Amino acid sequence: MNRQAILEVSGITKKFGGITALNNVSFSIHTGEILGIIGPNGSGKTTIVNCITGFIKMTSGKIYFKGKNITGKPAHKIADMGVTRTFQIMRPYYSLPAYKNVVIPLFSPRAKRTGGWRGGGKLGDRNTVGIDILEEIGFERDSFVPYKMASTLPTGYLKRLELARCLALKPEIIICDEVFSGLSMSEIASMVPLIERLQMDGITVIMIEHRLRELFRVANRIMVMNFGEKIAEGTADEVMADKTVKEAYFGSKEVEEVMDYA
Amino acid sequence: MEKRRKERIDRGIMVRSDSIYALMSWRELAYLAAPRMLLIIGMLLLPLVPESWNWQGTVTLVCVYAMLAISFDFLAHYIGLVSLGGAFFVGVGGYLAGILNTTYGIPPLYTIPVAALGGGVICTLLLLPCLALRGVYFAIVTLMYPLLLVRLIEALDILGGTDGLLGIDGFSNPWVEQYLVIIMVLLFLFGIRRMVNMDIGLVFRGVKDNDQAVRASGINIFYYKGLAIFIASSLGCLAGACIIYIFMWAGISLFVLDYSILPIAATVIGGAGTLVGPVLGCLILIPISELLRDFGTLRIVFYSLILVGFIVFKSEGIMVWAQRKYHQIERWTKI
Repeated sequence: MNRQAILEVSGITKKFGGITALNNVSFSIHTGEILGIIGPNGSGKTTIVNCITGFIKMTSGKIYFKGKNITGKPAHKIADMGVTRTFQIMRPYYSLPAYKNVVIPLFSPRAKRTGGWRGGGKLGDRNTVGIDILEEIGFERDSFVPYKMASTLPTGYLKRLELARCLALKPEIIICDEVFSGLSMSEIASMVPLIERLQMDGITVIMIEHRLRELFRVANRIMVMNFGEKIAEGTADEVMADKTVKEAYFGSKEVEEVMDYA
Repeated sequence: MEKRRKERIDRGIMVRSDSIYALMSWRELAYLAAPRMLLIIGMLLLPLVPESWNWQGTVTLVCVYAMLAISFDFLAHYIGLVSLGGAFFVGVGGYLAGILNTTYGIPPLYTIPVAALGGGVICTLLLLPCLALRGVYFAIVTLMYPLLLVRLIEALDILGGTDGLLGIDGFSNPWVEQYLVIIMVLLFLFGIRRMVNMDIGLVFRGVKDNDQAVRASGINIFYYKGLAIFIASSLGCLAGACIIYIFMWAGISLFVLDYSILPIAATVIGGAGTLVGPVLGCLILIPISELLRDFGTLRIVFYSLILVGFIVFKSEGIMVWAQRKYHQIERWTKI
């Protein structure tokens, strides 16, 4: 691929006191690509998201978005440029109805500029646009679901609500932090086409996942993390064939046994 | 024994969207307007009770506390900043209006709005460094500022020192005084209610619910928190400016803790998060507090008992309870 990189992460390091959560991680992603980031628990996946989106300050390293240095910018500025994220632990506004959850991002400066999801041009009534976005993301428009309090919605809808908040900003990049986790097989099956739709709409997606089978279906490229370091990168098959990846997931002793057996 | 349970059903007029009402008849219009009109007319009639009740001073006091209570309720339940800053706001607004009136001789009509806006700016600037704090930590900071300012005035003997500012004008007559504060309470009550139901109010509620999600939406929470504090502190400073013209004196007792605590008690009694509730709470608490003066030092005992009673038996607050009764039909059904 010879396209221009939309996001370039170069050598980011994050230390929490004496613990190095990220150690000199570099990668880049092209426009319209879906990059999957996998790795065992505590390998620094979510820390990468927090660093890119400005929710935590990194110790060293640089991040470029469309060639512009966004290192150290505050979170709302980065979101304003079009780099949005979902939260692993869902963060809806529990005391508001679902569609009002989308009205808040539609009130942001970026949504006012861009006119909201697919609407184009001037932003109409935010409530209507909010319900449009929810319908897009799988809320049944003519049911009570979009009007229900976020506190009463099941996990599947809350995960969608996280995506809806990103979509309201007409994003260029969506970083999905474990959108499949906690969902049933059928719910995941209905989420996968949604992610594919994002790609068709020209949105670049970074997915952090534990559900490898579903991830491999949608992702163009996979990056593997372990103990804060990037240990492999490539297509799903390449990565799975990698010995260090197997060691990270199954432990070195077991891998040797499996290798011997093979 | 057959089992029964209580069933609550919304009245038909509550359509599924909370912002649009489907008004089909005059009766439904009256249903919506009645409680609001009741409050407005009730407030406007307050000064008309016979003079023998010795009530006039209480009305203005109720209104001043009502402004502080609205300010507290707005900050605590729509932005998530629990503020004990009533005394701080009253002090800053009061002293500002007092200085403008005594030193520069500007009449109350002009000093009150100037003190409200100027005081709001001063309070907001002083609280800006604490915007990252939430919950009890923010409360502690707002509690410290009045103590700090009192000691500063005492120690440096500035602004009249412990004697306070003397020779402040009063209102021309008690009717002007009472109706001025009553109309201001009503204006701010309905104004802030309107604001929290608009999209900007949603952002405020979003900051309370989940400020990280608001940041992820590309919205600067620092700006919105600052704006909210400016609105609330302006309202508090307005109350302070009114107080000095009522007492015709401004002194360090403007920083007394009553201005912080009583509005909170009124909010608890009236119903937190309703904005109307705190006003009702003040209408109940302040007159009771005045009536209990006859009991001398036992006053606080009775006062506390009444408060405890409310908190134990009606912890949701009068207004929340009343709204539920008004908008829902309750009936027993077999199960």
